[in-house]
Amino acid sequence: MKPSPFTYHRPRSIDEALAMLSAHGDAGKVLAGGQSLVPLMSMRLAAPADLIDINHIAELDSVDVTDSHVRVGAIARHSRLEADQAVYDAIPLLRQGLVNVAHPTIRNRGTTVGSLVHADPAAEMPAVLTLLDGVVELRTANDTREVAAADFFEGPMQSAIRPGELAVAASFVRPPRGSGSAFLELSRRQGDYAMCGVGALVTTDDENAITSARVALISVGDGPVLVEVTEAISGSGGGFDEPALRDLVDERIEAEPDIHASAEYRRHLAHVLTLRALDEAHQRARRAGRRHRVA
Amino acid sequence: MATETLVHVSFHVNGTLHELELPARRLLSDALRHDLKLTGTHVGCEHGVCGACTVLVDRAPVRSCLVFAVSLEGARITTVEGCCTDGGDMGPVQQAFQDCHALQCGFCTPGFITTITAYLAQNADPTAEEAREAISGNLCRCTGYQNIVAAVQRAAALRKATDRTRRDPSGEVSTGSTTGVES
Repeated sequence: MKPSPFTYHRPRSIDEALAMLSAHGDAGKVLAGGQSLVPLMSMRLAAPADLIDINHIAELDSVDVTDSHVRVGAIARHSRLEADQAVYDAIPLLRQGLVNVAHPTIRNRGTTVGSLVHADPAAEMPAVLTLLDGVVELRTANDTREVAAADFFEGPMQSAIRPGELAVAASFVRPPRGSGSAFLELSRRQGDYAMCGVGALVTTDDENAITSARVALISVGDGPVLVEVTEAISGSGGGFDEPALRDLVDERIEAEPDIHASAEYRRHLAHVLTLRALDEAHQRARRAGRRHRVA
Repeated sequence: MATETLVHVSFHVNGTLHELELPARRLLSDALRHDLKLTGTHVGCEHGVCGACTVLVDRAPVRSCLVFAVSLEGARITTVEGCCTDGGDMGPVQQAFQDCHALQCGFCTPGFITTITAYLAQNADPTAEEAREAISGNLCRCTGYQNIVAAVQRAAALRKATDRTRRDPSGEVSTGSTTGVES
């Protein structure tokens, strides 16, 4: 349970980190919060030769709320994002997802961008990024690119980041006015990885009728599974056609059995949590709409 | 194997500055126990699940088995040894654990003490449900948690009583630490 030896690097700027990543290529690994990487190293499932610790790069410790986005720097901790009221006011789904990430103690150290790069199919924040059409900003010593969530999560523990690249930030798009969201999951013990989890985002019109809806599911695929469910909205926009909703979910998910849940039970959870999350999101959209009209 | 390269790191532990030369792979939990001989921090699962090794880094609970010591340059760390009163007596959380019989074997206790100490600094008066949520990341295999939840609320009451006795005549709460946690 001790990591194998590695060479430690402590850059103080993004440029310095990028030069180190460029110099070490495949051997270089970025350390952010380390809440997934350190146990992997302790169990010797990962043994990077060079560890580039970005925790001392002040310019990466940022959370910015703009009219269109919430942009999260690479070493902003989950707990900071969760507590930020301006972030919650802009995108409630961020806090709704974050409170499900492990335990508060893990969130004190773990970073949101690190969780995205780690790309665990059971992780919440990849689903949140996907639901919100977010992007991850990747930089090398001489290039910058933005990768959309749809292209970023390539498979289990596999993101689009390449050797030499540093994920400097992630941007989450603010949903339009009249939107509501929810994130629900079920795990065997509090703070464990979910057997299934569902994030939902609905948009309503001035009459509180649902005009569009989507969900992203975790633990039932190789990464976050985005399902557009607008076509399952029932006629008046007051709810969803449940059989149609189940069919849409079943078309996209791949429920696998493990020690915690059978495939059948996972599929059942996917159906139930999808409906509940959409209902909760709709209720919140309604409340948001009412507040808006009163204002 | 060749001798590992040592990396310099300096951080405060319980108010004392330490300058250390450590192998980069030294976990904070091992640095505390083996290099600084602060054996109050217990190592259970060593992969972040059990919570026994929880310490405070810049006042926030962190798993010391999930952090490399060299990554904490400049940090202010508080271990269970620092959760006492300024005079070295048991702090309110420690006292509450004794009062409520919130430990049996005691192995998990340091992680609970640090976690609860930080939690009460943010939430001075938790309900039983909030107390349960606050300790949800810490495992205890002896007590069944009932007495630990009671101890969280008892500690909250003890802190409030201590605060009252420390108020000066103007009614201001003293800024002095009652928990050993550096502000």
